[in-house]
Parts: sequence; structure tokens; C-alpha cells
Amino acid sequence: MTKSVMIVGVGGQGSLLASKVLGRVLTAEGYDVKVSEVHGMSQRGGSVVTYVKFGERVYSPIVDLGEADAIVSFEKLEAARYAPYLKKGGRIVVNTQEIDPMPVINGTTAYPSDVLERLAAAGITVDALDALTLAEEAGSPKAVNIVLMGHLARNFGIAPEKWLAAIEATVAPKFVELNRRAFRLGYEA
Amino acid sequence: MKKLLIGNEALARGFYEAGIGLVSSYPGTPSTEITECLAQYRDIASEWAPNEKVATEVAFGASLGGKRSVCAMKHVGLNVAADPVFTMSYTGVNAGMVLCVADDPAMHSSQNEQDSRHYAIAAKLPMLEPSDSGEAYAFARASFALSEQFDTIVMMRMCTRIAHSQSIVDVGEREEAPDRPYVKNPQKYIMMPAYAKARHPIVEARTKALSEYAETCPFNRVEPGADHSLGIITSGTCYQYTKEVFGDRVPVLKLGLVNPLPPQLIRDFAASVDRLVVIEELDGVIETFCRTLGLAVEGKSLFSPIGEYSQSVVARAFGLPEKEYVPALPDLPGRPPMMCAGCPHRGMYYVLAKNKVTVLGDIGCYTLGAQPPLNAVDSVLCMGASVSGLHGFNRARGTESEGKTVAVIGDSTFMHSGVTGLIDIAYNGTNSTVIILDNSITGMTGHQQNPTTGLDIHGDPAGKIDLEALCRSIGIRRVRVVDPYDLAACDAAVKEELAAAEPSVIISRRPCVLLKNVKKNPPLAVDAAKCRGCRSCMQLGCPAISFKEKKAVVDATLCVGCGVCRQKCAFDAIG
Repeated sequence: MTKSVMIVGVGGQGSLLASKVLGRVLTAEGYDVKVSEVHGMSQRGGSVVTYVKFGERVYSPIVDLGEADAIVSFEKLEAARYAPYLKKGGRIVVNTQEIDPMPVINGTTAYPSDVLERLAAAGITVDALDALTLAEEAGSPKAVNIVLMGHLARNFGIAPEKWLAAIEATVAPKFVELNRRAFRLGYEA
Repeated sequence: MKKLLIGNEALARGFYEAGIGLVSSYPGTPSTEITECLAQYRDIASEWAPNEKVATEVAFGASLGGKRSVCAMKHVGLNVAADPVFTMSYTGVNAGMVLCVADDPAMHSSQNEQDSRHYAIAAKLPMLEPSDSGEAYAFARASFALSEQFDTIVMMRMCTRIAHSQSIVDVGEREEAPDRPYVKNPQKYIMMPAYAKARHPIVEARTKALSEYAETCPFNRVEPGADHSLGIITSGTCYQYTKEVFGDRVPVLKLGLVNPLPPQLIRDFAASVDRLVVIEELDGVIETFCRTLGLAVEGKSLFSPIGEYSQSVVARAFGLPEKEYVPALPDLPGRPPMMCAGCPHRGMYYVLAKNKVTVLGDIGCYTLGAQPPLNAVDSVLCMGASVSGLHGFNRARGTESEGKTVAVIGDSTFMHSGVTGLIDIAYNGTNSTVIILDNSITGMTGHQQNPTTGLDIHGDPAGKIDLEALCRSIGIRRVRVVDPYDLAACDAAVKEELAAAEPSVIISRRPCVLLKNVKKNPPLAVDAAKCRGCRSCMQLGCPAISFKEKKAVVDATLCVGCGVCRQKCAFDAIG
């Protein structure tokens, strides 16, 4: 049975590293794994999405509407944008950070204030945390990605030590301690 | 050893193990990583060429010289490289050569969604199409034997979903391919009419031999299925969507060699099923071939020639149930890509917009100047078209247009194919003004070096083209350099050069703010007591500036202190 996770956010938030860690954890578990992302235009502050799929045999690299077992959103508005991709009964882990898109910056429209409430009202399990504050507590705002992986790991069925091993194998040696702290803070949040 | 690799990385590994000696490419999403990954193997000569035509010819030269070679490009890059490609079909190769071309269905980062398979058909070249990283690796390894056996370039078709999806690859070791001797052979390598006439029948014979090879080659296979009421022919990423929907239930003819196609294999497969459907993204190439065989087939009557497919698209086409999902929340603000905070292009674009200048744009990050609130661009066609297009526009519209129209083009794009347009301006003489947005890097594709940066693909010192000297040598006498962070200087330069009664070039020069060695200034802040809420700074479209409670606010985490907004503020509120 193939499972799917989507990692969504804003270009430049570090979702690439998060998907690398997740891919590594799943590969080490012996799953067939596919990780798919789109480079290019989307990197310039646009909306970005990465698909991670795993199972005995994974075919399609992309996650379609109604298919994601979990969505990890690095930003609140992006959680709402990709909610239709969530499977019935799926979970959204969302960083409560707000990053204004250009239409909000230039005053064309307002940042929707009640996104999480509306998602919950639609019957979606919303698991919100302030990953930015936790990342700062760990030592760097850039560790938001690992805080969120830590929180995803809570209900993922793979032991935290295995995640930490994957983090160690992925980040530069001088950032290992910082990211271990970030993972723990996310896990316990 | 098993590794999780994106398709492009897997191709690179396969090429490396096949013993290639050279790669020459021009960057283009989604093909760039093929060359970047090959550059990590220092026993290969790896180079960024100024454009895809040059890259292809360099790879041709290396093949002629006896080394296995690769060039890689995006689909529209193949338009630029088409000239050598069509005639290389006639010359064939000495050592093997593979041309990778990455299509971009759904145009994630492209200006059109052309289907490269038409090129393989038109140039009469074999084309492989892998469906995941494992196949990309295996096909790359096998492609050179194919190239040398049939004396032809092999085309390797990728698409965004294969190029940028990671899957598990069991990698091996490099096998050195001994250099082939170079032997002078005018009949094979000089394509003047007398010799080319003799080569054309060889091309036709080769295509026939390749079609026979396609019938039993390891790249094509029939996957059995118990339910013969339906049979599917597919290739590339569509194979994965097909399997996701049907699993092993229906027979599938999975094609890895997509040109030439195997007539008998297809006929036999068709005969084994009640209903034949082709699933292929973009054009109905395989479907059309089936029709020429007289087969009853469905394809584009069920599937669109536009955009990407997915498992849901396949399921829908067969009337299968789709997944349930929560409908999208209404009225969510979009999040389009935009120029970064501190982007050096912004200042120049602001000046052009303020002066209501008509702008013929080009391909790169700076295409984003077309977005609100700047809305500064009038046309974008293809690499280099801003410069030559400007000449034609001014020819059509005369002196008045010359005084209020410019071309904008990046440093890398100018090297790619802008310089030839400038030669046309100098030669045929319109009083055109070309602005080279020189950010000292190839930006949009993720920071590749180019002939103006003075560094090679490895970041080592290399030849450096002097843009000012180049423009002057063409015959442009008015060449000036401005700092795009200086709005007054940009304004003066634009007004003066537009007014000049001769062609001119403005080089708007400042390195991309994302480059690691570019020093950032401390972030600016808005003095709320002085801010009148006039929104003048908001006209710049800087992502670091927003408007909260009737005052401008600078996001200190994004701001790099470029100071462009400070120059816009009439109340001295930003500092």
C-alpha cells in the first residue's frame, strides 16, 4: 500500500532539505521511495510543493487530489491551498507562520485570517505549531524544516533515532547539533 | 550501491559509468542538473557553452575526435541546436554521442510545451525515453553502445516529472571507453551536396535497421495482464500513471525506444487486446503511428494534448472512480513567483515603468518584471528575441518608437543569442537602445557561470568576455554602465540613450543578490512617525515591504538594504 506525504511552503523556506531527510528515512526502512519536486520559477518566492511517496512498489511520482496521508505545510496559507490533496482522514501539520504573497503585499487582497478554522470546519485534522519560534529556540530560524519533520515523526511509526540518523547523514557536521535540537523540539511540541 | 537520485542525476551517473569524456550544455530547466552532476566527476571535460547550438557542436567535435560525448538542453534549446542535429543525422558519430532533451509539459518553467519527439522523427534519430531514475541510469549506460552500433546520435527524452523526481538507483562503477582514433573521412564528415547525397540513403537504411531493432530491443517490453478487454501503449512518466491506476490488471506495451517505433510489436500487441489505447503526454505521436498501421486506436479522444497527466487524469479517462477530497477554500490569494528582495533588476524596471517605456523582454529571472505591480514588459518570445525584436519594432514604428522603446536582456541570454541581434542593429542601423541586465550569473536556472562571469563550470578562473568592449567592437559607440540600485542614474541613462540619435547599450550591472559572495547591507526600517502611508515604496513590488495599518513595514529578515525604496520615499521615512 503506497503512502503519500506532501511538503508545501514558500520558495526559500528549506523544504528541499526536509524532503531529503524524509526520503532518506524511508529508504533506510527498506521502502521503495519516490520524491518529486519542481525546480525553476517556483523558487522565486512562489508556492512550492514536494511529493514523497513510499511503499512496496511506487509508480506515479506525484500526489493527486485526495491522496496525501499527510501534508506538512511550512506556511499557513499554503496549508489551505493544498488541503484538497489530503486523503479523507488525513492530517495537516502546519507551521502557523504567515508569509504575505505579492497580492497581499501590494494590497490587492488581504491575508485570510481564519484559514486553520476553516480547514478544521471542513473536517480536516489540523496539527498546528509555531515552528519558527521553536526553530529560533533550537538556535536558528532556518531550522523550521527540521522542527516540522520532528512533528511529523510523532505519528509516523518510525523511531526518532532513525530520523536523527537521517538528519546527521543529510546536514553539514557543524549543523547536526542544532538540527537535533530542532527535531526534538518539533517532536515534543 | 542503492541511492535516491533525481532522473537528471541518474542520467549523469549512467553517462559517467559509460565512460564519457565530455559534456557541453547550456542550462535550462528541467535539464540543468544533468550537466551540473557530470561536472562533479573531474575526469570528464565539463563545460557550459554560450548556447545549445554551440554545445551540440562541441559534443559533435568531441565525438569526431574520439571521445564519447553528451550535450543536454531543455526542449526549446533543441530549437537552437536543431541545425547541427539534423545534419549530424547524416554524418553519424565517431565515438558515441547522446543529446538529452528535457520537455516541460504543463510549462512549469517554460514558454511553450513543444513535444521533442517530433524532432527525433524529423531528424531520423533514435530516441530513448526513461520512465524513472532507474531507467534513466540504465538507458544512459546503454545509449553509447546503441549510438556506436548504429553510427548515430541518440536522443534521450526527459520530462519534468522524470528529470526532477527521485527514485532508487543501484549504481555501478565507471567503465573507461578507450578513445577512438580519428581518421579523415571526407565522404562521411563533409556534408556538401555530393557527399550528403550519398549519406541520405545511409540514414534511411539506418532508420529501417533501427525499426527492426526496436521490435526486440531491451528498451521495449510487453507487461502481461489478465484482462484483455483493454491494452495500453505508453512510455515515460505516463507509464507510471498507467500502472498506478491499472497495476498488473491489463496488458501494457511499455516503450523505452520511442523513435523509431516497432510496427510488428505494436500490431501483435493490438491483436492481443479488444480495445487499444495510447497514453502519451502532449501530442499523439504513438497514436498516429498506430493509425498508419491501420489499427483501431484511441488516444487524444480520451486525453488532452495540453499539460501534464496524472493517475487521476488516467482514471477519469476510463470512467474510474476518483478520490474524494475537500474542495479548495474559495478566495485564497495566489502566490506567484516574484523578483527577490534586493534583486538588481527591480530598480531598472521601476525606471522603465515610470517613464512608460515599451519593453521587449527576454528569458530569465527578469521576465518577472512583467508581473504586477511593475507590469514593465511588453513581450517575451525566446532567448535573444528582445534585441532583434526591438530592431524590427523600431523599423515598423519609426523614430517616435526609437525614443520610447528598449530591449532588456540578461548577461547570459545576451551571450546566448542577444549579441547577434545587436550586430543586426549596428549593421542595419536603427537607433535602438538595448539594456543588458548584467547580474553576473545565469540566474533563473540556479546560478550557472557564463562567458561574462570569468569563471568556468567548476568555479575556476576562465576567459571573461568584456561586455563593453564587445558592444563597442560591433560598432555601438554609446555604451554606458549604470548601477541599478541608483534610480537617478538609471533614469538619466534611459532618458539620454533613448534620446540619442544612434544605437546605444546600457549595461545595468550589479551581481544577483542571492550569490554567496555578495555582501548584504543591514536591513532598512520604516520610521512610522514619518511614513505618510503614500504607498510610493509599494510600487517597487519588493517582497520585503508590506503595508500594515496604513504604514509601510520592512521585513528585516528579507531586506538586504539595497536602498531602492529609500530613494522612492519623499518623506525620508526609510532608513
